[in-house]
Amino acid sequence: MSELVNTSTPQNWYLLLSTLLFSIGVMGVLIRRNAIIILMCIELMLNSVNLLLVSFSAYAGNTDGQVFVFFIMVVAAAEVAVGLALLVSIYRNLGSTDIDVLSKLKG
Amino acid sequence: MTSDIVFFLLAAISVFTALMVVFSKSPIYSVMWLIACFFSIAGHYVMLNAQFLAIVHIIVYAGAIMVLMLFTVMLLNLNKESEPHKSILSKSIGIITGGMLFLVLLAAMRSTQLGPYSAPETTDVGFVQKVGMKLFTDYLLPFEMTSVLFIAAMIGSVVLAKKERNI
Repeated sequence: MSELVNTSTPQNWYLLLSTLLFSIGVMGVLIRRNAIIILMCIELMLNSVNLLLVSFSAYAGNTDGQVFVFFIMVVAAAEVAVGLALLVSIYRNLGSTDIDVLSKLKG
Repeated sequence: MTSDIVFFLLAAISVFTALMVVFSKSPIYSVMWLIACFFSIAGHYVMLNAQFLAIVHIIVYAGAIMVLMLFTVMLLNLNKESEPHKSILSKSIGIITGGMLFLVLLAAMRSTQLGPYSAPETTDVGFVQKVGMKLFTDYLLPFEMTSVLFIAAMIGSVVLAKKERNI
């Protein structure tokens, strides 16, 4: 079991992978108009950060990073619950989840 | 070298599914691709010996969050026809911005000077016992606070999603 983290995989690759996933999440937030997909892209970004924290924790031999990941998961679950409730409320009032409809504050 | 092959396989799956989340037409397909992406990330956690987090990740994300998303997509009756689309101009601007962000982060990563790496003595940092000990000793107060957060989120989502009475 201890050979699994044999550190033969350089940590730079994990850095690269989570950077790529984060950028894809940002791209999704910028180019999609459906609010549910934007919420999913935010989840993607949170997950890339989680992956980075776990890789640092595993390569440094320190458990604290994994506890942080646990708390990030807790916050993500709460965020999704509240976000989806907001979306249901918005859909009921406006009949759409298009974020460009929500421009009342523009004045 | 087996671990390298597994890493690249999982990384390819992660990136491909993440791209499909962003670029698939129907919201249902996006949710499905996101579930696949979360499973590949759980595979990364197993590769990093973080067994506790791998299991919690699958239970929380694939089990709870994705079911919630899927229910909402089906409840709101979103399909390909009602899917709003941005103009080509703002789409390409978004793609360029995301690519630029990636390049900036990559450049920042390249210019960092890493010290000599020494492998940690212990590789069991991600086991249930270690994480549990840490969670219930050093991080006991934040752990208890998460229950307050969850109650607030639960009450908030019930209040928000409840049918509004006309005042």
